Amino acid sequence: MAKETIIPIGPFHPLLEEPEFFKFYVEGEKVVDAEVRVGYNHRGIEKMAEGKTYDQDTFLVERICGICSTSHPFAFVQAVEDVSGIEVPERAKYIRTIIGELERIHSHFLWLGLAGHFIGYNTVFMWAWKYREPVLDIFEAISGNRNHYAMFKFGGVRRDIKDENIPGLLKAIDEVEKFANMLTKAVMDDPVIQARLKGIGILKKQDAIEMGVLGPVARASGVDIDVRRDHPYAAYDKVDLKVIVAGAGDVFDKAAVRLLESIESVKMIRECLKKMPAGSFDADVREVGVGEGIGLHEAPRGECFHYILSNGTNYPERHKIRAPSFMNVPSFKKTVIGESIADAALITAAVDPCYCCTERMAVVDRNSNKVVLTGPELVRLCQEKTEKLRK
Amino acid sequence: MNIVEQIKEKFGDKIKVFERSSKRTYIDVPKEEAKDLARYIFKDLKARFSIATGTDTRPGIEILYHFALDKHNLFVTLRVLVKKPELTMETFSDIIPATNWIEREIHEMLGVNFLGHPNLTRLLLPDDWKEGEYPFRKKTFESEKEYLENK
Repeated sequence: MAKETIIPIGPFHPLLEEPEFFKFYVEGEKVVDAEVRVGYNHRGIEKMAEGKTYDQDTFLVERICGICSTSHPFAFVQAVEDVSGIEVPERAKYIRTIIGELERIHSHFLWLGLAGHFIGYNTVFMWAWKYREPVLDIFEAISGNRNHYAMFKFGGVRRDIKDENIPGLLKAIDEVEKFANMLTKAVMDDPVIQARLKGIGILKKQDAIEMGVLGPVARASGVDIDVRRDHPYAAYDKVDLKVIVAGAGDVFDKAAVRLLESIESVKMIRECLKKMPAGSFDADVREVGVGEGIGLHEAPRGECFHYILSNGTNYPERHKIRAPSFMNVPSFKKTVIGESIADAALITAAVDPCYCCTERMAVVDRNSNKVVLTGPELVRLCQEKTEKLRK
Repeated sequence: MNIVEQIKEKFGDKIKVFERSSKRTYIDVPKEEAKDLARYIFKDLKARFSIATGTDTRPGIEILYHFALDKHNLFVTLRVLVKKPELTMETFSDIIPATNWIEREIHEMLGVNFLGHPNLTRLLLPDDWKEGEYPFRKKTFESEKEYLENK
């Protein structure tokens, strides 16, 4: 039998926003087993939320994720509204949809940039991040913040989008659409990217259903789920929503689903800006009822789930938060085994797990515990494989 | 026949169904029947397992299994009470692989022992966390005096 080697990836890794720790067992270049360890960034927000008022919790849950910062408040306010049976004004529903979709665009661009960097396509990285900037500028124009927009409150939204600003926003959206179209064509038609991404890290449809994966990961494997269509909320039932579903489940399809989705998002934002009715944007809710509520939002990474148990006081009795990565991350076990280490980093990144900043990856020989390959070398391996294909 | 009626017909008086709205249904189910019901909802009704919630209550740990029926715009939640002090529950991870992680989380956060789970090790807590200390349990006090002292 070939010598088995352990490759730890993490706990800190450049592609992912929160620390996680992967241990790959390899024989030669082939991954034979994988283990994952999370919890390096566990902040106990569920418990913390029990000690804060509902209004404070809206801000607290916004801090769960720095990239999809609107997903959690979006789901949370809906859970509170579900408990109390609050009706949200029409205008607020449209504003919520606009914020949710803008976030999807910038999150997908961010992922694409990182994936591009990993396969040695730094042009993609620079483009994607450059074209992500105008989206953040739109956020700043609407909410005053490039991130952590603080737009949500139960019963409505905190700030209105003024009618006189809409023509300017529409123009900015047109620009974003141009970039999204160009980026999609450039990436999907590139023969090297196709050769590099197609057929690796395949998640089969049956596995996807059993593992309960969500969002673009599920849709790339041909599982036709989307909370926006299946459990309509905000203004998603009033706009033309097209759910992108692919079938192969490989890294290329995961990229394709995300790219095509951002084009759909642009269309939805434009429709919302045009159709947005006049009127109040806040129901001005004073009390939260007693009982249980579930709130859902299709975050860029999949269904974000919040459960609230309210006892009638100002504080939730129990607040359960389930981010989509909690379901998506375990699917590694199915996708990484049998692939080569040059692809392992890319496959782990293809799920777009929420995970963090600094780089510390190493390949360790099981017998001597000596570091064989460091993080930058692993990235280099991945990039070299692309170079070989390019030639 | 809608989904909730199908469940009612199959399990009859073993379960208690609360239809909160057309989109949310909560089902009280005894611990012994829970796995059969979960299997029926997941395999036969083709539901998607969304997540489970563990809540510390006075008589025991309440586990809520949230299932999404995406084609019907419906969330079905099974409510199982795992009584103190034994706190044992049969694992669902052999029929629903997606429950693997959340059972590990409930195990370390609330101390429920899932029988038959393939890998009931720490998921989120650090390895040097004290055995038998469960961060998501509610603090209970014997008397008002004790409460004030602890406050």
